[in-house]
Amino acid sequence: MAAALLEVEGVTKRFGGFTALESVDFVVRPGERVGLIGPNGSGKSTLVNCIAGTLKNEEGSIRFEGQDICGHAAHRRIRMGLARSFQIPKPFASMSVLDNLRVPLLYAARRHEKLAAGRIVEEAMRILEEVGLAGRAHAMSGGLTQVDMRKLELARAMAAKPKLLISDEAMAGLSASEVDDVLALLFGLKDQGVAVIMIEHVMRAVMKFSERIAVLVAGRKIADGDPQVVVGNADVIKAYLGE
Amino acid sequence: MSNKVFAAVAFAVALALAAVTQLIPNDYFFTAAYTVLLFVILATAWNILGGYTGYVNFGSAAFFAIGAYTTVFFYNAFKAPLLVGIIAGTLVAGLAGLGLGYLTLRLRGVFFAIASLALAVVLYIFVVNWDYVLQPREIPFGLPRYIHLIYAVQLVMAAIALVVARAIEHSTLGRGLAAIRDDELAAECSGVPTLRLKIFSTMVSCALMGMAGTTFPYYLSYIEPSSAFSLSYAVNSIAMPLIGGTMSWIGPLIGAILLGSVQQLVQVMFSLGAWNLLIVGVLLVLFVTLAPNGIMGWVDAWRRRKGR
Repeated sequence: MAAALLEVEGVTKRFGGFTALESVDFVVRPGERVGLIGPNGSGKSTLVNCIAGTLKNEEGSIRFEGQDICGHAAHRRIRMGLARSFQIPKPFASMSVLDNLRVPLLYAARRHEKLAAGRIVEEAMRILEEVGLAGRAHAMSGGLTQVDMRKLELARAMAAKPKLLISDEAMAGLSASEVDDVLALLFGLKDQGVAVIMIEHVMRAVMKFSERIAVLVAGRKIADGDPQVVVGNADVIKAYLGE
Repeated sequence: MSNKVFAAVAFAVALALAAVTQLIPNDYFFTAAYTVLLFVILATAWNILGGYTGYVNFGSAAFFAIGAYTTVFFYNAFKAPLLVGIIAGTLVAGLAGLGLGYLTLRLRGVFFAIASLALAVVLYIFVVNWDYVLQPREIPFGLPRYIHLIYAVQLVMAAIALVVARAIEHSTLGRGLAAIRDDELAAECSGVPTLRLKIFSTMVSCALMGMAGTTFPYYLSYIEPSSAFSLSYAVNSIAMPLIGGTMSWIGPLIGAILLGSVQQLVQVMFSLGAWNLLIVGVLLVLFVTLAPNGIMGWVDAWRRRKGR
């Protein structure tokens, strides 16, 4: 077994008296495609926030490439290669689509890739080409359609040159063909050796994409393994459909 | 235009203006121009934190006063020349800005604005009770009123403020600040060290505000707390960038010249000095409703329409 890229061990997160995550273990290997599913409020986004550093877990450890990152601020984690997209798109609305990508290219990618200043625009255009936003490069990002905003959200995460990308419900509310577009994008990342954690309610996409699926229910991981086996698991069915 | 070229042009213009206008026989011109330039510096400084970074600072008057009282302190203590006062005042205000940053920048939006206002009040009370700097209370403390010189110095300092603001705006730092303004969480998750950048921009902004205040004791030849901490500085340094446009260094410059000149005109032509803040208020309401992105926002939109 290859050394783990991300190791989450015994992570617990409480909000006052409410325990959002209870001793969660979760491992991602380099280049792996993992689906993370669970009913609303099961703690998926909380887990993402703890991994990305926008929330601090009270207990447990999070290691990235063997290094403990619990004390690192979010911007240091992304510089190490741990990127995330947001469930509700957060474009830098006063900037053009191209300039949106410049921010992670300047502040994150340049830290671990030799990227000459003159090549930033070129690189941004290459990524926009890849996600199909090249034609909108000079449009203001605040005026994009919903699907384009989702693409921009992913493009911005990709511009940080991550080793692990966490895609937080990038497909919610998209049409079937739009889901396929985004799916193709995420598959493309796999070819570049980027590991992906996909958090999604669109089961068709999760099943198609994931090599492994983990299930969170009420802050606990109740299953983790082969997609076909996991969706046949009695506990998982109970959590989704009730008894 | 590169930063160096811009700096050369800005200083050349400042010096040329300083030289040419010395021929103007009317002394009042210098008093009025000094005030307008003071506002150019304050508005430009405020915009570095307020416009570029999106944190509204209501405490401008406090940093202005820090600059002014540092000059007074150094003059009282060591009879220090103006240049020493300028450097010291700028540094002390910058340090105070650093402190404000550490204490309050974890607050967002309106909470930061209230904290900055509270700081101004605390400093006001501190100065009012500090006898040392108040010794020359309303009595000229011997600083000669070289209005011609002070005006020229203020011109050069305005050029410095504009050069700094423009350099920040066009740098990687400026892009990081804009990202913070648009969405702080997304900025942090794009690798921008948000806290460090915010503290830095607060420090630069406050240092420049302090710089604007260092010549003030020479201008009045005495100062008292209620004039140094005047509400008009806080209000104007917010209103001017908002009216001119907060996205670039030109906005505060235009806003300050426009609003500052209108206020001077009203004061002179109609002797209605007390109406100044009312005028600012009315203009601000007009602009917020009709041109929410200020004059420069309006120009940009017009250019885009024309370009199509």
